[in-house]
Amino acid sequence: MTAGSKQATFMGYERENGDVGIRNHLLIIPTVICSNQVSSRVSQLVPGAIAVPHQHGCSQIGADKDRTFDVLAGTGMNPNVGAVLIISLGCEVVDPQALADKIRVTGKPVEWFDIQSVGGSIKAIEHGAKLARELQAKLHMQPKVPIPLSRLKVGVKCGGSDATSGLASNPALGAAADSLVREGGTIVIGETTEIIGAEHVLAERCAEPVIKEQLYHIVDRFEREVERMGADMRGGNPSPGNIAGGLSTIEEKSLGCISKCGTSPILGVIEYAEQLPEGGLYFMDSPGNDIECVSGMAAAGAHIVCFTTGRGTPTGAAVIPVIKITGNGRTFKLMEDNMDVDVSPMLDGSLPLEEAGERVWQEIIEVADGKLTKAEILGHQEFSINRIGPSL
Amino acid sequence: MDHSLPAGADAIVMDARDHVATALRDLQAGEVVRYQAGGKAGSVTLLEAVSFGHKLAVSDISEGTEVRKYGEVIGRSVAFIEAGRHVHVHNIEGIRGRGDQAEAKEGGGAL
Repeated sequence: MTAGSKQATFMGYERENGDVGIRNHLLIIPTVICSNQVSSRVSQLVPGAIAVPHQHGCSQIGADKDRTFDVLAGTGMNPNVGAVLIISLGCEVVDPQALADKIRVTGKPVEWFDIQSVGGSIKAIEHGAKLARELQAKLHMQPKVPIPLSRLKVGVKCGGSDATSGLASNPALGAAADSLVREGGTIVIGETTEIIGAEHVLAERCAEPVIKEQLYHIVDRFEREVERMGADMRGGNPSPGNIAGGLSTIEEKSLGCISKCGTSPILGVIEYAEQLPEGGLYFMDSPGNDIECVSGMAAAGAHIVCFTTGRGTPTGAAVIPVIKITGNGRTFKLMEDNMDVDVSPMLDGSLPLEEAGERVWQEIIEVADGKLTKAEILGHQEFSINRIGPSL
Repeated sequence: MDHSLPAGADAIVMDARDHVATALRDLQAGEVVRYQAGGKAGSVTLLEAVSFGHKLAVSDISEGTEVRKYGEVIGRSVAFIEAGRHVHVHNIEGIRGRGDQAEAKEGGGAL
């Protein structure tokens, strides 16, 4: 396929509820940290299965508990997941039956059991491996079918930013985001922390006054939380690496960040891990933390995250491909293991913005069509759940 | 941002209102840096080295000025900054997300 060619479809998986996926993963979800080890062992016995060990699932209440549940459920519901095995300890606050029921609404096969009933780690690993093997066998029978590009949902994220992020990789990603929205597809941007100082620019693009108010509200809430901690954001965000890369303040970083979502109107503000609507640009209230943000986007139903970086980061995600884009030529060479798209020639004027955007857009289409990202090839399956309450 | 970057530039000014340019390569003290700002050519002699990706002042910036890049405010100067100086955390500070100052205000009366 040559740059500039139009491909209206990609080959993907049709789900029973009408969703479409670009991967067909068997996902193993521990409901709680206590079942992490059993889940990981089961995934090792069934090649291709992905476990998502995490730190949470117990000693949590209220909205904090709900958030953990929503991220686990959303990750299972993600259309790139074809089947789910839930492994519970048996006494945690995240209810495995409720989790299974929630994911089953999508029509995909879901199994669950608890370690206490099965009788300890070894029996649980054996039991889990048998279930996982059966689920994996079913997944391999599923054919790929042509799917319109308009069905794609793509998250845009930046991390390990330097000055090239604002000059090159974020504008290039923004141009690709506009291409997807023009096709009828969906873009989600997050990182509430990283629009501080630039929210007025995004607010002007909100489709309705109520969306503008919501956007200001979530930024204000985040900033008040920082003030409550009595600290200067600088040092935490921008991080020491951002500062070494030339970014002096959060405002400067934010103003460089926002171009990655393109120029479409913002059609809504969604909660962290809330299911994404279809078509257009949305803002997800999330932290800037790379893994928490990407995990939230995956739980919201994104198929892919496009991730710009100047400093370089290896991060991937458990159930979705992460496409790494850099505007820093040194980083591309130094960390070629981890970088998918190099747009650094933008900086010497040899790569026009439009062509850089096209390069990213073509990469999105190819990855949707099955091309593995560097992070997928290297087995990067990072997963992290954002928390909003104390451990009890 | 809706423009492509000019070919062969040493530094880039994102908007005509900006006080700063971003270095597109490692720049040395004494170099004359040429840039385009709002369609007009400008130049400034560097008073110190500025690394790739870092900022240099293209005009004198008095202390307490709201410093602009992308045409927007990126922070406030905490010292007089001469044209040609490196602009970074030593001479500008963020205005937003300053919990440290909120505490100083509250604690100030008690001290």
